[in-house]
Amino acid sequence: MRDAKNIFANIDKVSILLYAILMLFGWVNIYASQYNEDVTMMLDFSTRYGKQLLFIGIASFVAFLILIIDWKFFYSLSYFFYIVIILLLIGVLLKGGVTGGATSWFELGGFKFQPSEFAKFTTALALAKYYNALHIKRISLQDKLKTYVIIILPFLLIILQNDLGTALVYAAFVLVLYREGLSGNILIFGIIIAILFLLTLVIEKTILVYILSFSALIIYLLSRRKKKELLLILVILISCTGFIFSVNYIFNDVLALHHRKRINILLGKEFDPHGAGYNLIQSKIAIGSGGFSGKGFLNGTQTRFDFVPEQSTDFIFCTIGEEWGFVGSFFFMILFVGLLLRVLFLAERQRSNFSRIYGYSVATILFMHLAINIGMTIGLLPVIGIPLPFISYGGSSLVGFTILLFIFLNLDSYRLQILR
Amino acid sequence: MRKYKVRHKVVVVIFLLISVIFIIKLFYIQVINDNYKFSANNNVLRYDVQQAVRGLIYDRNNNLIVANVPAYDLMIIPRELKGKTMDTLSFCHLTNISKKEFFIKYNKAAKYSNYKESIFIKHISLENSSTLSEKLFQFPGFYLRKLTMRDYPSNVATHLIGYLGEVNIKKTREDKYYTKGDLSGASGIEAAYEQDLRGEKGMVIKLVDVHNRHQGKFQNGDFDTLAIAGTTLISTIDIELQAYGEKLMQNKIGAIVAIEPSSGEILSLISAPTYNPNLLIGRKRSENYNILLHDENKPLFNRALQGTYPPGSTFKLLNGLIALQEGVILKNTHFKCNDGYDYGDEKKVGCHPHNSPVNLIAGIEISCNAYFCNTFNNYFRSFNSSILAYDNWHAHLSSFGIGDFMNNDFINGSPGKLPKSSYYNTLYRGSWNANTIISMAIGQGELLLTPIQMANMTAILANRGYYYTPHIIKEIGREKIDSSFALKKYCSIEAKYFEPIINGMEKVIENEKGTATNAKLNNIIICGKTGTAQNPHGEDHSIFIAFAPKENPKIAIAVYVENGGWGSTWAAPIASLMIENYLQKEITNKTQEAFILNGNLIKKE
Repeated sequence: MRDAKNIFANIDKVSILLYAILMLFGWVNIYASQYNEDVTMMLDFSTRYGKQLLFIGIASFVAFLILIIDWKFFYSLSYFFYIVIILLLIGVLLKGGVTGGATSWFELGGFKFQPSEFAKFTTALALAKYYNALHIKRISLQDKLKTYVIIILPFLLIILQNDLGTALVYAAFVLVLYREGLSGNILIFGIIIAILFLLTLVIEKTILVYILSFSALIIYLLSRRKKKELLLILVILISCTGFIFSVNYIFNDVLALHHRKRINILLGKEFDPHGAGYNLIQSKIAIGSGGFSGKGFLNGTQTRFDFVPEQSTDFIFCTIGEEWGFVGSFFFMILFVGLLLRVLFLAERQRSNFSRIYGYSVATILFMHLAINIGMTIGLLPVIGIPLPFISYGGSSLVGFTILLFIFLNLDSYRLQILR
Repeated sequence: MRKYKVRHKVVVVIFLLISVIFIIKLFYIQVINDNYKFSANNNVLRYDVQQAVRGLIYDRNNNLIVANVPAYDLMIIPRELKGKTMDTLSFCHLTNISKKEFFIKYNKAAKYSNYKESIFIKHISLENSSTLSEKLFQFPGFYLRKLTMRDYPSNVATHLIGYLGEVNIKKTREDKYYTKGDLSGASGIEAAYEQDLRGEKGMVIKLVDVHNRHQGKFQNGDFDTLAIAGTTLISTIDIELQAYGEKLMQNKIGAIVAIEPSSGEILSLISAPTYNPNLLIGRKRSENYNILLHDENKPLFNRALQGTYPPGSTFKLLNGLIALQEGVILKNTHFKCNDGYDYGDEKKVGCHPHNSPVNLIAGIEISCNAYFCNTFNNYFRSFNSSILAYDNWHAHLSSFGIGDFMNNDFINGSPGKLPKSSYYNTLYRGSWNANTIISMAIGQGELLLTPIQMANMTAILANRGYYYTPHIIKEIGREKIDSSFALKKYCSIEAKYFEPIINGMEKVIENEKGTATNAKLNNIIICGKTGTAQNPHGEDHSIFIAFAPKENPKIAIAVYVENGGWGSTWAAPIASLMIENYLQKEITNKTQEAFILNGNLIKKE
């Protein structure tokens, strides 16, 4: 039972501690990336680090509010929040401001408000609530489709905003669904599709088909129940071949030019150190130049002198890598993954499906952000603009992630009361 | 959903797997791979080279002959012009360029880099830059960069001093000191003493941001180095004598080399025609260089070091010395002169009319061809074979530095020409004697000397048998020059044999029958010898070698005037004027001086 006298008694302090450390570490790095010897005032709200301090204050206040609210508030208003955010997402398409090609924010008294940052937790809440209400034993196709619609609706609206990065995060829900019983083949299927997509861009199509056919032949020869598997292998082979030949269409006609370029640069097919490849090269230079122990706080030349673009938002990890080195990057990863694993652990101990599904959503959404953001800065993924949770500069994202996390911590503190 | 609990582990494994991949990749780019550190430095560090000021050069009397003056390069950073209006017309007016030139230069700079500076106009002199710097604030993106240029206060000794040129790519590869666009000595002292004169470049390491804006010093300037100015050189040259010699040689083609016999120090080294050294600095350098390069009189050619000429009758002195040393003649040996020297079937080396027979001293005084042809012939006959005779003769001449670069401190020069016996053996198929090569007796034929070799030969005569390698620099900073220049080098002729020859040289000027009485000075005894070298391409070359005073000589000089006719016509009076200028600082024979100064041997309409 939640201790009524001390509302913080049941709250997971490990998560809060990790959250606080990450947020402060983020601020330190924003300060470093914006550091200018001429300006000595720390509390200058015209600077990004000044503003971020304000955002941290707001986020902490929001976190506190969430913790003292009864969990039923979130449970009962899940759909309401979801619908409000969907409306805002539509609104932003009609009347929003544009940054970097993405139409994603409203101007609110000098601050930019980005509904897509809040869509993540509302989607998670709505999904959790819908799933919670279902009869576990008999989930109809209709129910499944409704589940998908809950996820895909905000996803499509964000795609329409031209914010591919944030939209990609919705892939996180595949993991959540997997935990809840979605066939594991979906994951394998997804991975195969991704690998095939990349291979097709690198290797000649016909050669790839030969390789696939050859592998299929080997598998067929090695299998025991030949007749039964022949059909399956043939079907897979034919669909793979079909996919390979449609990759060109997807790549050239579905993806935008700058996405194509970024993928080509990542694959080494295009070299453009001053154009689209600039971010990637400079970001790797900044991180790589940090060496084992880093250049030290405020000594990162690459980030301080603006060689790295978007250094306080999407590329904030460059400052970490440059000034804190491998040691700092390593401990950052440990902290962040530590928080994720903690959330997963907490989610798993929930009694209600609602809390568990929401917890999984929190962990996987944060994980997607981490993977896409770090993967981009160290050159493992194409450049996709997406913030690093709790670290990157930005009020919407910090408050958005705080709400995301703390609703779960709230649910967790009531875990003994929430049954089913 | 208890039955899917195992999937918790799958999700955890996915999280951990991707994190481990990231950490491995981070370890690779941060710890293993060094390229990124290198690139980071390339990004942010700007190495600003501080050019060293070149060393100064003084003459032997502490007159500054090569100085430095400040000048400016007008620099441009194209980015800073963008989006700003600019009065191009008044800018062009100010910098004295056309509007078309402006855009050509601007586009070139912008093509190179928008963020990095490039040179817009090179080498603007101090006086031109002052008005420019006052008004330059109106034109963002332009600034002046200070540099130093060479300046030649006396405007003479161009060949000697040499000029600077931009280093070529080959040189930048051979010597890491240089980078593209650097200047280095291309000829003369500038080239020979480049290592001393160039000094040491400094380096300031700056931090710059992505827009190439200065962000402070790297490591508080701990790695910065200051440029060290080049070493000051003291030349052996007497700049006043040099200037006087150049004046005497104006409108003539030829060379003068004067050496202090007691040290081998070159007092002046003149090659005519010469040119103003200031032509080859600054903006018009390459334009002027092209004009000089195509001048038919070849002013860029340093005749004093590179011109090879027949020594003519001045060479009789050496043949006399060799004959005395070998005991072929004594100073009283007489030879008849039958208007020349007859040999073989109706072959004759002609001579001018004079009393006959003559002894060695008179032979020198009146420059009798027959005397020295006989001597040469007798010399050869005292050997068993022509080859032995010639090889011995060759060895004697080599000890005078003939046919050799002489290891002086110039980078260019010529060894002249002194054929080996094998050359004649091949030419005449083994059958030859003194008479076959009789023109060598009087300094004609295959034999070619450079003026500096002739001057050195004169110095040996003045010293009665030894010389110091001629050199142009006395002191490098506080250091003495290479010890090899202080080494007395003896020729193969004993000192006692010089007396009759020198007495003959004295009579050339002092005796009324001498060939160069017009070179006589009132209170200085000059010992000299005229030469008139036949020139198949035109008028004979006028030659004179001399030293003075007779005892304890202070100057040895060789004068060569191309197409000047008799040795006594031009070369002898020029040598005399030079000697008087150097020893007395005053010219007594103003008529002669005026005649020389006004003489024009370069045919120009």
